[in-house]
Amino acid sequence: MKASSPDTSEPNGFQKTRFEWASFVFSGLTGLATFLVLAILAIILGNILLLGWDGLSWRFVSSGTEQDMFNVDQAGVLPMIVGTAARVFLMTLVVLPVGVITAIYLTEYARNNSLLTRVIRGAVNNLAGVPSIVFGLFGLGFFISFVGTHLDGFMHSGSQTPVWGKPGLLWASMTLAIMTLPVVIVATEESLRAIPPGLREASLALGATKLQTVVKIVLPQALPGILTGGILAVSRAAGEVAPILFTGAAYYMATLPRSLSDQFMDLGYHVFILSTQSPNIEQTRSILYATVLVLLLLTFALNLVAVLVRARVRGRMRAMH
Amino acid sequence: MDMVDLPNASSPSHLSWNGVRRGSRKAPLEWVLERCIFLVSLSAIVLVFLIFAFVLRESLPVFLGRVDSTVAQRVIPADQMDTLSSADLAKYLDLSEREFSEMDRDTLRLMMEVKGESAAEAPLDKDAGVNTASWRYLLLPHQWTGYEKPSYIWQPVSEIHKYNVVPLFIGSLKTTLVALLFSIPLALGAALYVSQLAPPRVREWLKPAIEMLAGIPSVVLGFFALIVMASVLQNLVGAESRLNAFVAGIALGLAIIPVLFSIAEDALTSVPRSYTQAALALGASQWQAAWQVVLPAALPGVFAAVLLGFGRAIGETMIVLMASGNASILSWNLLDSTRTITATIAAELAEAVFGGHHYRILFMLGTLLFAVTFFTNLLGELIIHRLNRRLEGKA
Repeated sequence: MKASSPDTSEPNGFQKTRFEWASFVFSGLTGLATFLVLAILAIILGNILLLGWDGLSWRFVSSGTEQDMFNVDQAGVLPMIVGTAARVFLMTLVVLPVGVITAIYLTEYARNNSLLTRVIRGAVNNLAGVPSIVFGLFGLGFFISFVGTHLDGFMHSGSQTPVWGKPGLLWASMTLAIMTLPVVIVATEESLRAIPPGLREASLALGATKLQTVVKIVLPQALPGILTGGILAVSRAAGEVAPILFTGAAYYMATLPRSLSDQFMDLGYHVFILSTQSPNIEQTRSILYATVLVLLLLTFALNLVAVLVRARVRGRMRAMH
Repeated sequence: MDMVDLPNASSPSHLSWNGVRRGSRKAPLEWVLERCIFLVSLSAIVLVFLIFAFVLRESLPVFLGRVDSTVAQRVIPADQMDTLSSADLAKYLDLSEREFSEMDRDTLRLMMEVKGESAAEAPLDKDAGVNTASWRYLLLPHQWTGYEKPSYIWQPVSEIHKYNVVPLFIGSLKTTLVALLFSIPLALGAALYVSQLAPPRVREWLKPAIEMLAGIPSVVLGFFALIVMASVLQNLVGAESRLNAFVAGIALGLAIIPVLFSIAEDALTSVPRSYTQAALALGASQWQAAWQVVLPAALPGVFAAVLLGFGRAIGETMIVLMASGNASILSWNLLDSTRTITATIAAELAEAVFGGHHYRILFMLGTLLFAVTFFTNLLGELIIHRLNRRLEGKA
């Protein structure tokens, strides 16, 4: 249906040409904005891909840094990849169950307009808007100086150095789990709502209880959406630096983390170190770009998958209504 | 029309659904499990509360004016150590109970001597006797020794700890303002185009493509601003310092474009098709329908998008830490090097003494940041909620 086609035999031909001109400018301007956003995205990605590709080698991603992490010929990012992967993996173990269960409650059990439901939703939305540095402060104030110090008091009261009352892998993961909780909840909720009510009704009509219906009918159907939420949370968390600045990331460590209370090196934090602390930015440019590329490949590959799956889920939902 | 046909969970769950009694043999376990589901779902509320409580807990002494950062302190000679009770001694030496119990007598005595010596070396200007962590010095200008006129100074690690937070607030506002001015036209234009004008097939891939911008970690945007954009923009506008509020603001704008775009696009799309169709039927062109009918209907949503974008921008850390230059000068000039609240917390907390005045003031900044984003988010969500109800015809 072509909308802007008033009858040409109308006498107000002057107005019509003016309308089309305005329409052209308007579409042009908004189209230009869209194009600019995409162009900026392309420039950033292209710049990093082109300049990072040369520095990328098997040795770079498969070895650690022995002495000098600013040495272009010896630097490697394996410890950072391991550290980032470890903290993200631990985070997933916590955030997925909690997020999925909350989403189940919100879609399957909660009354849609009750005060409690609205408060829970408000809290989830607010959690999503808390600045990442505040999560870092929270991790320090709650996990390290409250929980950790008390744990040390109970478990290691004899030791001189704190075990849990200092930054470590576990605390960084927990901080990130709290930060990404809304991502998982929202994605899971969306996929739960996309499941036709008829499926639930059929299951209930056959005599299944509500919990059986949720576990055996609804959840398997929602699995792609839940995975999307998990992937989005992982890709969001993998690139975050601010929350782990005070809760676990280390400037340099000679060994990989061996326990949950150890500190770790991190890809995103390493990008920060290489871009701001390098003794000679021109010389270390190649490893900086390569490190950024590794980080971006990790987060972006995940993100791309999530965006595609989500687009598909949304399409299915729209088709249903 | 999501779940209207489903039996409502409001009926007592252990009794019946639609009047049909369910098998009783599974009831007890299921009842427990469903209670567990309910309890877990409260975690978001508990977490928001915990975040507020524990960030506030570390900063409460500042709010109550109980932090003392006076440089010149009463000195107790080491000989008089025994006259003090152990609690007083621990307080005098700034030791926690745990630390205190771990030290032997000689160490304590040594610490008292060191403290006495450092007090003797302390600067003797008039500012040494000032408690810089009290509200008067946090917010108002002060005539510091060596300055020509009363000024707002943030210099936590100088001899006199100067904690005026005004330069940091202005720094945050400056970068956020640039970010909003840069991103609002781009994001709203794109949202209008994608939701109203683009052919459906193009729309299908445009939206995910723009949302991919959200997938770039902020440390990568910070890196890009620092290494690439800063030089390009310096050549363009001829700024004196390479890193400034303008560069950081533009990079910050890139970070919030996906936020603004997603929310505005959602609001525009949720305006019923019948609005557009009615306008078109009355002879409006497509842009008239979009500009004069759909946009006004979705305006609260667009406003909410800007509000939430503001919250994101003012709380963003890594980009401003890397690209703003981090000089805490009080200036409204966009081309001056700038230090924001978030960058200050990120850069200084690691060096601040645990539990000291610097540490507590940084937590105070975090509390204020949390409060600001909390209320902008709340307001944004309320507006979106109202808008959706109105568009669904319920209000």
